[in-house]
Amino acid sequence: MNDTQRIVMTGIGLTAPNGNNLREFRDALLNCKSGVAHAEIRYMGKQAAGLCHFDEFKYQSKKLRRRGTRAGSISIYCANEALQDSKLEWDKMDKSRVGVYLGITEHGNVETEEEIFQMHQNGLDWKLWSPHHNPRTVANSPAGEVTLNLHITGPHYTLGSACAGGNVGIIQGVQQLLLDEVDVAFAGGVSESAQTFGIFAAFAAQGALAHHEDATKASRPLDKNRNGIAISEGGCIYILERLSDAKKRNAKIYAEIVGYAINSDASDFVNPNSERQIECMQKAMKKAGMSASDIDIVNMHATGTGTGDINETLAIRRTFSDSHKTFVNFTKGHIGHCMGAAGALELAGNIPSFEDGMVHPGMNCTDVDPECDMKNLVINSAKKIGTVNTILNNSFGMLGINSALIIKKYTA
Amino acid sequence: MTAKNVRQIVLDIIADIAPDESVDSIDDSKSLREQLDLDSMDFLDIVMELRKRHKVEVPQEDYPKLATLESCVAYLSPKFA
Repeated sequence: MNDTQRIVMTGIGLTAPNGNNLREFRDALLNCKSGVAHAEIRYMGKQAAGLCHFDEFKYQSKKLRRRGTRAGSISIYCANEALQDSKLEWDKMDKSRVGVYLGITEHGNVETEEEIFQMHQNGLDWKLWSPHHNPRTVANSPAGEVTLNLHITGPHYTLGSACAGGNVGIIQGVQQLLLDEVDVAFAGGVSESAQTFGIFAAFAAQGALAHHEDATKASRPLDKNRNGIAISEGGCIYILERLSDAKKRNAKIYAEIVGYAINSDASDFVNPNSERQIECMQKAMKKAGMSASDIDIVNMHATGTGTGDINETLAIRRTFSDSHKTFVNFTKGHIGHCMGAAGALELAGNIPSFEDGMVHPGMNCTDVDPECDMKNLVINSAKKIGTVNTILNNSFGMLGINSALIIKKYTA
Repeated sequence: MTAKNVRQIVLDIIADIAPDESVDSIDDSKSLREQLDLDSMDFLDIVMELRKRHKVEVPQEDYPKLATLESCVAYLSPKFA
């Protein structure tokens, strides 16, 4: 294939509840270091949540942080970290040929809740509603804040795609590069959801909010005693380029994106559909020109809910039934569910496998649910499998959106 | 409330709205926008904080009276009386 039609990852910037760069994050994943802790949630009290602890002012002034949003702050941090990692000659670049594409689960709830709270605290005086509310809550806001910060004049927008957001942001970046709309894409996913009580209350109302007296054990995907989702925030942004451009500047190439698919269940608002998940993974493999036995690692979406984990297990068992070399892991036991960031972050956590040949384990699955058990499941301790050439990353979301992304170790 | 108190109230609000700026060396007679990195949205925030913290209302037509620290004190002092 022509190098202009091959898209590669040349920079990674991230913040997760258990690490603020790829090295820290990978180390935490390999060594089962949790990022989930009890946090005080408005009205509800102590809840298990994964909050990030990056330096908000590393790349942003205090004033602009105040003007913007938490999602914007996460995005700016991740975008700058990715840019530095990529070693692009930023000052010499045409910023009109740079695009920002960020997947989000939702945006605006944090600000709206805060405004209503403040109004209630002040005698329902509606004139205290902030003039910043609109720019903070428009759906393009996190991506727009990145363009303001880095003076990018190319396109920017977010992709509203529930918890498939991280994968969908990356896929959008790939497509825009293939269409020659941009030369560089900042692509990935972000989430500030853990800053709003509404998401905690809604999952509690569904009976799907993770809880445990030891918060680090609250998120237990595939475990028999799992009881729901630990809500987290985070972000992960990649620098994507055409291989031809990356080669020209002799860039470090983390991986090549070789396959992807997005489809819809068209069956339920919240319950997953394993048939459509199978179709999604198969479509991604077809695009990559691969079969199941070509995939070395599958990173599950695995949120820790009862039906979600069972449905995805069914889908993976069927899709990879003929492959004995495909290993399966998940990430949310360590970090909870980072919502719009989950897909991009969880993919990043597996990328170092190309170098170290290790599969990081899924954490907190001490008593695997027989309905979620499968061959080659890597849990509780890392596994050395030798050569890793391919990773398939699943990310699913409400309203029945499924996404699967396949990356391949780059070889010249 | 003394003019000094009113001045301090305005300075406290500006310090929160422009946290990267030093408010110690402001010239009271010069335009705030010339001395600090403040834009029109910041002035809306100043008005909002006066309302939230001190129940002081500044109608839109009076916004120009907040141009300098001196004019702020002159305009706001009767409202704090």
